[in-house]
Amino acid sequence: MRIRLCGTSALGFGPVTSSSAVTSPGVVPEGSTPADAGVQLGDVSRGSRGPSHLDPGVRRGGSEGRLSSRAAARASLTALLASALTLLATPAAAQLVPPAGTPAAPAPAQQPGAAPAGQTPPPLEVDVTGGISAPMPIAIPPMPTQSVVQTPAGPTDRLGRQLSEIVANDLRNSGLFNPLASGATRAIAFPEVTAPAYDYWGGSGAQALVQGYIRANGDGTLTVGCYLYDVSARTELTRQGFVVPPSDWRRAAHKCADMVYTRLTGEGAYFDSRVVYVSETGPKANRIKRLAIMDQDGANSRFLTAGSSIVLTPRFAPNQQSIVYMSYVGRTPAIYIYELGSGRQRLVVQNVATTFAPRFSPDGRYILFSMAQAGNTDLYRVSAAGGTPQRLTNAPGIDTGGSYSPDGSRIVFESDRSGGQQIYVMNADGSNQQRISFGGGRYATPVWSPRGDLIAFTKIQGAFRIGIMSPSGSGEKLLTNSWQDEGPSWSPNGRVLMFFRQGRGNAGKADLWSVDLTGVNERRVPTPLDGSDPAWGPLRP
Amino acid sequence: MARLTTTLLMATALVATAACSKKRPDVLPPAPGGAPEAPPSTGATDPNGGITPGSAADFKRSAQSDTVLFGLDMYDIDGTARGILDSQAAWLTRYPNVRITVEGHADERGTREYNLALGDRRANAAKNYLVARGIAPGRITTISYGKERPVALGSDEESWAQNRRAVTVVVG
Repeated sequence: MRIRLCGTSALGFGPVTSSSAVTSPGVVPEGSTPADAGVQLGDVSRGSRGPSHLDPGVRRGGSEGRLSSRAAARASLTALLASALTLLATPAAAQLVPPAGTPAAPAPAQQPGAAPAGQTPPPLEVDVTGGISAPMPIAIPPMPTQSVVQTPAGPTDRLGRQLSEIVANDLRNSGLFNPLASGATRAIAFPEVTAPAYDYWGGSGAQALVQGYIRANGDGTLTVGCYLYDVSARTELTRQGFVVPPSDWRRAAHKCADMVYTRLTGEGAYFDSRVVYVSETGPKANRIKRLAIMDQDGANSRFLTAGSSIVLTPRFAPNQQSIVYMSYVGRTPAIYIYELGSGRQRLVVQNVATTFAPRFSPDGRYILFSMAQAGNTDLYRVSAAGGTPQRLTNAPGIDTGGSYSPDGSRIVFESDRSGGQQIYVMNADGSNQQRISFGGGRYATPVWSPRGDLIAFTKIQGAFRIGIMSPSGSGEKLLTNSWQDEGPSWSPNGRVLMFFRQGRGNAGKADLWSVDLTGVNERRVPTPLDGSDPAWGPLRP
Repeated sequence: MARLTTTLLMATALVATAACSKKRPDVLPPAPGGAPEAPPSTGATDPNGGITPGSAADFKRSAQSDTVLFGLDMYDIDGTARGILDSQAAWLTRYPNVRITVEGHADERGTREYNLALGDRRANAAKNYLVARGIAPGRITTISYGKERPVALGSDEESWAQNRRAVTVVVG
C-alpha cells in the first residue's frame, strides 16, 4: 500500500525510487527499513545505505565515517529501525521495539490474520491530487502504556494520547491523509499494539492503521514504538522505535509520522524538522522583531533575540547548529551568525557597507549574501568563518536573494538589471549568468528546492504570490492567491513551502503559512505572535 | 517676531498632525514641509524658541523638509526633491561640523530584501546630490530600512507615496 504522488511529474517530482517502494501489498521485505525511503537532503546515497543515517550518535561526529558497524549489525538483527534520538545512544536503547514485557511481537510477515497468499487485495494508490480531494483514511488510536509513570513530560498515559494526536496532525497537514476523528477511534489495549483488530479497523473505514506504545525507561528516557498496518491486507508494513529524553517527546511522534508518510508515499520525510522565523508584534510603524525557532508544526516556539534591534531573514546552517540572519544591531545593518548552542552572535563581514540576504551553502562552508555599496547591490560569498568576501556579480543594479542549488554548483538569484526584478541562475563562481523568468510581472526571492528540481519564488503583479518553476524557467505554476504572500522556504523533502502572508493596511499583520506543490493544501502555521521570514531547517538527525 | 511666527506655525502643524494621526485623512500633507516633531518643551521660554543653532531641531526648522520622496521603484531626485536637498545643503554648509545620516525607505509593495537594496539606492541618491552641492561625503552616512519603518500605515497610493522616502537626520 502506498500513495502514489503523480500528477506532478511534468515538473519532475514523481515517486522516489527506493527499495521500500514495494508494489506487492503489505509485505515488508526482510531487511527493508523505512530509512531506505528517506531522501536525505544533498546526500541521497546515504539515505539508500541503511538506517544508520538516523542515528545521531553516528552523525553528530560530522566525519564521513558515520556508518558504524554497530549500526549495520543492529539493522541486520531486526527488520525494524531503532533510532536512538537520545544523547545516551546506547546499543541497548536502540533495540527496544518491541520491548521486553510487551506483547510478543510476531515476525512482520507472520501476522495473525494476514491475508493468505493469492488473496491479497490490490495495492492502495492515491495520487496527490486525488489525495487532496480524497485523502487516505487512516486510524491512529491513542498509544497505550503498560504502566502509567510520571515523567518530566507528563504521565505516560497522557503522553500516549498526545503522541497519537501529533502523528494525526502531521499526517493531516500533509493533505494526503484523513485521520479518523479521535472520537471514532477506540482505545486499544497494550497487547493489541502488535496484534491489531483488523476486523474492527476494517469496519471503521480506515485503510491504514498506526499503532504504538509509550514506555518510561529506568534511565529517565522514553521509548515510543510506532507500527504501520495495512488494514485490508491485514499485514504490518513497517515499524520503528524511538528513544528520547522527555524534553524531546514530541520528536518521537514526528518521527513516527515521518515513518508513515515515507512508507506510504515514497517521499522523503519532513515532519521532524524545525523552522526559524521572525516573530513580530507591535504597531506597523515600529514592529518589534525577534528571532524565533519552533518545530515544523508550530510547537515549542521560543525567542532567540530580545527585540531591541530589527532582525530579518534568518536561515539555518545545514548542520542546524547555527542561524545566519540580518540585524540592525550596531552601527551598520549587517549579517550575523547566531550559535544555537551557546546563544553567541558574531558579525560575519567586517564592513562599513550594508550586508543582507544571507544564505548558507549546502556544505555549510560559505555564506552567500548581498552587499549594498553606494546604491549598487551585488552578490558575494564569504567563508562561514569570516574573512574577505568574494564578489560574484558586478552588474549595475540590484542583485540579491541568492540561493544555492543543493549540490552547491549553481546559484539562483534575483536582479533588476533588465529593469524589473527577474530570476537568474549562474555558476557558483558567478560565471554564466542567465535569466530564467520571462512571465509578466516581477519575480523575487528565488529559493532552490532541496531536491534540485524546482525553484520557488515570489511573483509580484500587484499582489505577491508564491510560485514554482523548473531551474530552466519552464513549468511556472503559482500556488497561492492572496494580497501579499512572500518569501517561500522549502520543506526538507521539497514538497511543501512555508511563507508569510501580510495583511493590508494599518492593522495588517504577517502570519506564517504553508502550501504544498499542488497549491491546494494551504494552511496557517500557528505561532504565539505574528510571524514572517520563515526558513525551514533540514530533517533532524 | 519671525521666530515667534515660526513657533506658532509649528504649534499649529503639531495640532494638525496630532489630529491627522487620529482621523487618518484621505489626503495627507504634500511632501515639502513634512510633519515636524515636538520641539523640546524646556525651550518654551528660550529666546531662540528652544532651538540651538546647528542642532537637529534647527535643521528641521531651517530646511524645507528633512524628507524627499520617490516614485514607485524609482530613486531619481526630482525637482521637488532638489529644492528640499538644496535647502538642506545650505544649512549643512553653514554648520560644517555637523554630520548626518540619510535613511532610505521603501513602500510595502516590494519584497523585503529587494527593498533593503532599494532603500540603499534612495539614501545614496540623496547623499550624492548633497555631495554634488558641496557637502563633504565623509559627513554623510547612509542606512536603508527597506520596508521596515513606514511612516504612513495604510495600504493605498497615498501611504505608499509617503513611505518611498529618504530622510536626513542630524547626528551631531
